[in-house]
Amino acid sequence: MNQIKRLLGIVWIAIGAVSVYYLFINQALGMWKAGGEKLVPAIIYTFVLCPLIAYGLFKFGSYCLSGEYDDK
Amino acid sequence: MSNNKTTGIWKVISASSMGTMIEWYDFYIFGSLATLLSTKFFPPENPTAAFLSTLATFAAGFVVRPFGAIFFGRLGDLIGRKYTFMVTLLLMGGATFLIGCVPAFETIGYFAPFLVLVLRLLQGLALGGEYGGAATYVAEHSPNDRRGFFTSWIQTTATLGLFISLIVIYITRHSLSKEDFTDWGWRIPFWVSIIMIGISYVIRRNMHESPVFTKVKEEGKVSTNPLKESFGNKLNFKYVLLALFGATMGQGVVWYTGQFYAMSFIEKTISVDKDIADNIMLVSLALGTPFFVLFGWLSDKMSRKWIMMLGMFLAIIAYRPIYTSMYESGSEKSMKKLGNTLVMDSCKVIGSSVADIKTEADKKDPSIKKTKILVATKSDSLYNTGAKFHYTVTDTLYAANAIEFDAKANAKNEVWIKYATKKDTVVTINTIKLKNSLKKDEKPAKVDTLAAVTLATFTEGPGSKHHPTGVSVKHGVEVVKNITDDVKWHLIWMVLIQVLFVTMVYGPIAAFLVEMFPAQIRYTSMSLPYHVGNGIFGGLLPAVATFLALNAKKANDIAKEAGTALPFDKPYLEGLWYPIIVAAVCLVIGVVYLKSDDKNVHD
Repeated sequence: MNQIKRLLGIVWIAIGAVSVYYLFINQALGMWKAGGEKLVPAIIYTFVLCPLIAYGLFKFGSYCLSGEYDDK
Repeated sequence: MSNNKTTGIWKVISASSMGTMIEWYDFYIFGSLATLLSTKFFPPENPTAAFLSTLATFAAGFVVRPFGAIFFGRLGDLIGRKYTFMVTLLLMGGATFLIGCVPAFETIGYFAPFLVLVLRLLQGLALGGEYGGAATYVAEHSPNDRRGFFTSWIQTTATLGLFISLIVIYITRHSLSKEDFTDWGWRIPFWVSIIMIGISYVIRRNMHESPVFTKVKEEGKVSTNPLKESFGNKLNFKYVLLALFGATMGQGVVWYTGQFYAMSFIEKTISVDKDIADNIMLVSLALGTPFFVLFGWLSDKMSRKWIMMLGMFLAIIAYRPIYTSMYESGSEKSMKKLGNTLVMDSCKVIGSSVADIKTEADKKDPSIKKTKILVATKSDSLYNTGAKFHYTVTDTLYAANAIEFDAKANAKNEVWIKYATKKDTVVTINTIKLKNSLKKDEKPAKVDTLAAVTLATFTEGPGSKHHPTGVSVKHGVEVVKNITDDVKWHLIWMVLIQVLFVTMVYGPIAAFLVEMFPAQIRYTSMSLPYHVGNGIFGGLLPAVATFLALNAKKANDIAKEAGTALPFDKPYLEGLWYPIIVAAVCLVIGVVYLKSDDKNVHD
C-alpha cells in the first residue's frame, strides 16, 4: 500500500500540471484578451487558482513520493 | 475532561449554530437579491460599475473567504475561540446592515458600488473566520463518542441560512407591492440581520471559552505563531493539504452542485419559472436538512471517512442520470408523455413598449401551439395597444430560454416579427408576418383591458429602443415555464437525492477536520482547507460548469452548420464533468491517504 501511495504522487503532480495548463491556457488567457467583465476572473485564475493548484498538488505529490503519508 | 460531560452542550450548540446560521443568511441574501442589487448599485450599462459587481461576486465568494480563515483562524488560536467568533459575528452583522443602508448609484454615484464592494468583502472575511470557530468550539465541548452528532448541527446552518434567506425575501416581496419592494423593500432582509445578530451576540457573550483551549492556555501551550506552525511546519502542512485534496475539495463541489448548480439548471436550462424553482429548492432543502444530523450521528457509530467517501462516490455515479432525468422531465417530449397541456403563461418584456406573448397547446392537437401576441405603445403614463395580433405557430416556442423578439411595422401597418426558437440545442431565427386583427375603426384596448386578458408581467428596463413610428420596439423577452405538479415533484426528488449526497459528505466533516489537527493550531489549520475547498473549488463550479456546457453547445452549433455529426449527444450535461472529475480525484486521495478516524481532540 505504501508503494501505491508513493507512486500515485506522480499522478497528483501530473494532474496539477494538466489542470494549470487547462485553466491558464484554455481559460485565463482568453479572459485576459477579452478584458472588461472577464478581467476579474482572469486575475483570480492567474494569481489565485493556478498557483494554488500548481503549488498545492505539486507539494502534495512530493510528500506522497517521499513517503510522508506512509503507514508507519 | 469533556468525555462524559454533555451538560450545557445544547446551549453551546444553539449559541454557535444560531450565529453561524445568521452569517450564512447574511451571505446568501446578497446572492439571492443580486439581480435587483445590480440595478441599484451596479448599472450594467456602466462598465466600471459592472466591473465592481463582478469583483463583489468573485472576490467575496472565492478569494476573501480563505483570507478570512487565515486571519481569524490565527486570532482564534491566539486569543481563543469564543472572542474570535464573536468578532466575526459582529463584523458580518454590521456589514450586512450597512449594505441595506447604502444609497443607490443614482444618488451617490460611484461611491455606491464601491461601498457595497467593501462591505461585501468584509462579509466574505467574516464568513471565512466564523465556521472554523463555531465548529472547533462545539467539537471541543463534545465527548469523543458524540462529536459527529453535535457538530452536525453546525453543518445544518449553511443550508438553513439559505433556507431562511429565501423565506425572508419571499415574505418581504409578497408583503409589499412590487414597486415598493423594488424601491426600498429589498433593504428589509438586510436590516432584519441586525436584530438576529444582536440576539446571537448576547447569547454568545455569556458562553464560556472552549475547555480544550482553556486547558491549552493554562498549560502555557498556546501557539505563538499559528500560521507558521500550520503552514511552515511540514508535519502539520501535509495534513492541511490532505484535508484539502482528500476531503474538502470533493465536499465543496458536491455541495455546490446539489444546492446551487441544481437551482441554476432548473431555472436556466429547463427554464422553469423562478418562483417555482425557489419552491422546489425550499422543499428539497427542508426534506434533506435532517439528514445532516443523521449522518453526523452515524459517523460516531461508524467511520466518518467512509460515510464521506460513500457520499462522493454516489454523487459521481449518479449526477449524469439525475440531470438527464431532470432535463427530460422539463422537455416537450416528457410533457406530452405525461399528458399535460403546456402553457407558457409568463413572459417578461423589457422595453418601452408593452407586449405579451401567450402560447398554449391546441386542445385537439398538442403539437400545434397557438401564440397570441399583443403589441402596445406607451403614451405618457398610459399604455395603449397599438395593434393586436394572433398567430399560430407550430414551433416549440415555449422551449426557448431567451427569445429575441423584434416587431416592426411598415407603412401598410404590416408587422413583421423576428423571433428565435430553441429545440434542444438548436436555435433557429424565424421571421413571420403578422396580421393585424383589429377591425377597421376599432379602438386599441387600454392597459387595463390588456392586463385583464393576459398573465404577463410588464417590466420596463434598460435597452429599450424606440422605432421612429412609435409602434415597434425591440424587446428582450424571457420565456419561462409553468410546470405541472408531477414534474415539480419529480424535480424535488431529484434535487433531494443530491442534497442527501451533500449531507453525507458535509454532515461528518466538521468533526473530521477538528480531529485531524492539534488544539494549538486547530482553528487556523481546519479553516483554510475548508474555505479553499468550498470557496474556491466549490465556488468556482458555476463558472466552470457553465463554460463547459456553453463550449459543448458551441461545438454542436458549428458541427450543425458544417453538416457534420454533432460531437456532444447531451451538451447540457457537459458542465457536470467539473464536479465529477474533482470529486473523483478527491475520492481516490481520500480513500488511499486519509486515515481512519482519530476521535481525540485533546492532542
